[in-house]
Amino acid sequence: MKIYDLPDKHGHFGPYGGTFVAETLIAALDELLAQYRHFRDEADFQAEFTHELKHYVGRPSPIYHAKRWSTHVGGAQILLKREDLNHTGAHKINNTVGQALLAKRMGKTRVIAETGAGQHGVASATVAARYGMECIVYMGSEDVKRQATNVYRMKLLGATVIPVESGSRTLKDALNEAMRDWVTNVENTYYIIGTVAGPHPYPMMVRDFQAVIGREARVQMEEEYGRQPDALIACVGGGSNAIGLFYPYIEDNNVRMIGVEAAGKGINTHQHAATLVTGRPGVLHGNRTYLIQDDNGQIIETHSISAGLDYPGVGPEHAWLKDCGRAEYVAVTDEEALSAFHALCRFEGIIPALESSHALAYAAKLAPALGKDQLLLVNLSGRGDKDMITVAQQSGIVL
Amino acid sequence: MNRITSTFSNLKAQNKKALIPFITAGDPEPKMTVMLMHALVQAGADIIELGIPFSDPMADGPTIQRSSERALHYHVGLTDVLTMVTEFRKTNSVTPVILMGYANPIEAMGHGNFAMAAKKAGVDGVLIVDYPPEECEEWVQQLQDQKIDPIFLLSPTTPKRRVEKVAKLAKGYVYYVSLKGVTGASHLNLVDVSNKLAEVRSLISIPIGVGFGIRDSVAARAVAELADAVVVGSRIIEEIENSTRSALLDNVNNLVKSLRTALDEVNSTNSSQILHASRL
Ligand SMILES: Cc1ncc(COP(=O)(O)O)c(C=O)c1O
Repeated sequence: MKIYDLPDKHGHFGPYGGTFVAETLIAALDELLAQYRHFRDEADFQAEFTHELKHYVGRPSPIYHAKRWSTHVGGAQILLKREDLNHTGAHKINNTVGQALLAKRMGKTRVIAETGAGQHGVASATVAARYGMECIVYMGSEDVKRQATNVYRMKLLGATVIPVESGSRTLKDALNEAMRDWVTNVENTYYIIGTVAGPHPYPMMVRDFQAVIGREARVQMEEEYGRQPDALIACVGGGSNAIGLFYPYIEDNNVRMIGVEAAGKGINTHQHAATLVTGRPGVLHGNRTYLIQDDNGQIIETHSISAGLDYPGVGPEHAWLKDCGRAEYVAVTDEEALSAFHALCRFEGIIPALESSHALAYAAKLAPALGKDQLLLVNLSGRGDKDMITVAQQSGIVL
Repeated sequence: MNRITSTFSNLKAQNKKALIPFITAGDPEPKMTVMLMHALVQAGADIIELGIPFSDPMADGPTIQRSSERALHYHVGLTDVLTMVTEFRKTNSVTPVILMGYANPIEAMGHGNFAMAAKKAGVDGVLIVDYPPEECEEWVQQLQDQKIDPIFLLSPTTPKRRVEKVAKLAKGYVYYVSLKGVTGASHLNLVDVSNKLAEVRSLISIPIGVGFGIRDSVAARAVAELADAVVVGSRIIEEIENSTRSALLDNVNNLVKSLRTALDEVNSTNSSQILHASRL
C-alpha cells in the first residue's frame, strides 16, 4: 500500500470526515486545529504526554498470551493487548490525558465531555482532577439511570454530571448537548470528545493519542514473538480503541484488521449498533460517515448490551478503511459477547469489559479456522468491573 | 427576479425591513403547518423560514429541539415538508419560503433529487446549518441548477476571509447569527452586532438578516435598525408550544403583528436611542 497520509488538510478520509458544523463552531475548530498542529510536534508536549502515560496511566500495557483459552477454542493463538490494566480501566484515558494536556496549554480552565456508559466521563473527570480543571460531563438521562456507579465515580472525582433530556436521552444526545455547551462557552472551555468521531480535527487527534496502543504492540510483538500478528481484532463503538491499534499497522498489508461491531439482538432485529455492517453514509456530529438511519435520514436509536458500543455513527476513518477494503468489519450479538465474557473470566482469570468481549467473541469464531501458529492480537480495551450489574441481570441475579 | 430578490427590493422601496419568522414543519402537528404559514403572512411576515425536523439538531436550543421532536412524533420527513410547501403555494405565489435544516435528511434524499423536488414545490432558498461553505460545492451547484438560493450563516466569530468566501457562494440573503451559542439564547449584544455588521456589509452586497436571541419587539426594532431582515424563531415556537389548539393561530398572529409594528417603527425612531435603551 502507498504511504497512508489521511486525513487530508480538511480532515477528509476519502469522502468521509470533514467539518460539518454550523458557522458558530468553525472558529473554535480552527483554533483547536492550529493549536493541536503546533503542540503535537513540540518535544515538550510529547515528552509530557509520554511521561504521563508511563507514570499516571501505567503504560506500556502488556501483551498477554491467553493460552488456556486459545487451547480451549482451538486453532490460532489469541493474544491480548491489556488496555484493561490502564488507570481507570480502559483505553479511554490515553485520549483524555492527551486532550487535557492540550487544553491546559490552550489556557482553558473548564473541560466538558459526553459519555454513554460513563467510561469516557470517568476518564475525563480523572484528568480534570489531575490537572486542576473544572469538569462538566453530559450524559443522557437514560444512561444516568443505567450507569449509577459511574455517575457516582465522576462526582467523587469532582465533576458535575448533567443529565440530557433531549432526543433519545443517550450518548448521541449527550454529544449534541456538549457541542451546544462548547459553542456557548468556547472562550474558557475545551471539549474532550471520547472517540474518533466529531468534526475535524477530532477523529485525527483522538487517533493520534490512541495510536500508542499499536505502536507499543509493534515493539512488543517483535520482542516477544519475533514477528507481527496475522490479524488485529478490536471492538468498534466510535472506533477509538480499534483505530489506536490499527493505525500503526495500516501500511502492513499482510496484517488483517478486523473491527467488531455490536449486533445486539441480531442485525435483522433493528436492535443493534452495527453501523458499518448495516448503515448508510450520511452526516452526523460534524462528519460524514456511516450511520444507522431511517429512510428520512433521521438517526435511529441503537441497542447493545455494552453501552460503550451503543452509538449510531462510527469514526470516519473506519468508513474509509471499510470502503477501500483495508479493514474488515463484522458484528457479534449480545449473546456471543456474553459467552466470550464468561469464557475469559473462567479460562484466564480476566474480567473483560462487555465492549471488549465483542472483539473476544469474534476471535473465538475466527481462531478455529486457522492454524495453531497463527497469531490473533485482540485489543482488550477495558476491564469489566463496570459491567457487573448488567452481566448479573442477564443471569437473573439482582446485586 | 426571483421571489427573495423582489421581496427585498419592494421592501426597500417602501423603506421597510423584512420580518422572517421561523417555524418547524409539522409542529405542533402536520395539519397545522400550512395554516400557520398563511397566518404568518397575514400578520406581516415577508419571508418564511420553515424548519425540516431532525433527530439531532445540534445547533438548536431546547425550544427548537422540542419543536423538532413534536414533528418527528408524527414522522414528518422531507417529502412531507415539500408537500406542505406545495400546499402553501396553491394560494400564495409571492411569499418566499426558505427551508432550514440539517444535512442528513437532505443527503438521504440525494442532493439532485431534493433540489428538483424543492423547485417543483416552490421553495426559494435553503439553509443547511451543518454545510459550511467548505463542504458543499456540489450541493450549491445542484441548488443553483434549479435556481434555488443557497443561504449561509455568518457568526460573530467568522473572520474576514471566510465572510469573503461566503460572499462568493451566498444568494438571496445571508443570515447573521447574532450571538455565540444556540438558538433561543438571550444574551444579545447590539453594539457587537452593529460593529460586526458594518464589516459584513463592506464585503457582502446581498441583504443581511439577523437572528438568534431576538425575543421581543424592542430587540426586533433595535436589530431592524442595523439589518435588512429580522429572523424570529424560538419566541414564535414558544407561542405555539404554550397555546391551546383553538387559540394558537390567534396568539401567533398577535405576536407576529406586534413584531411587524415594531419593525415598521424603525425609520421614525432615532437609532442611537435604541442602542442606548437596549443596553439597559
Ligand atoms: C472498554 C471500552 N471499549 C470500547 C469502547 C468503545 O469505544 P471506541 O470504539 O471508541 O473504542 C468503550 C466506550 O465506552 C469502552 O468503554
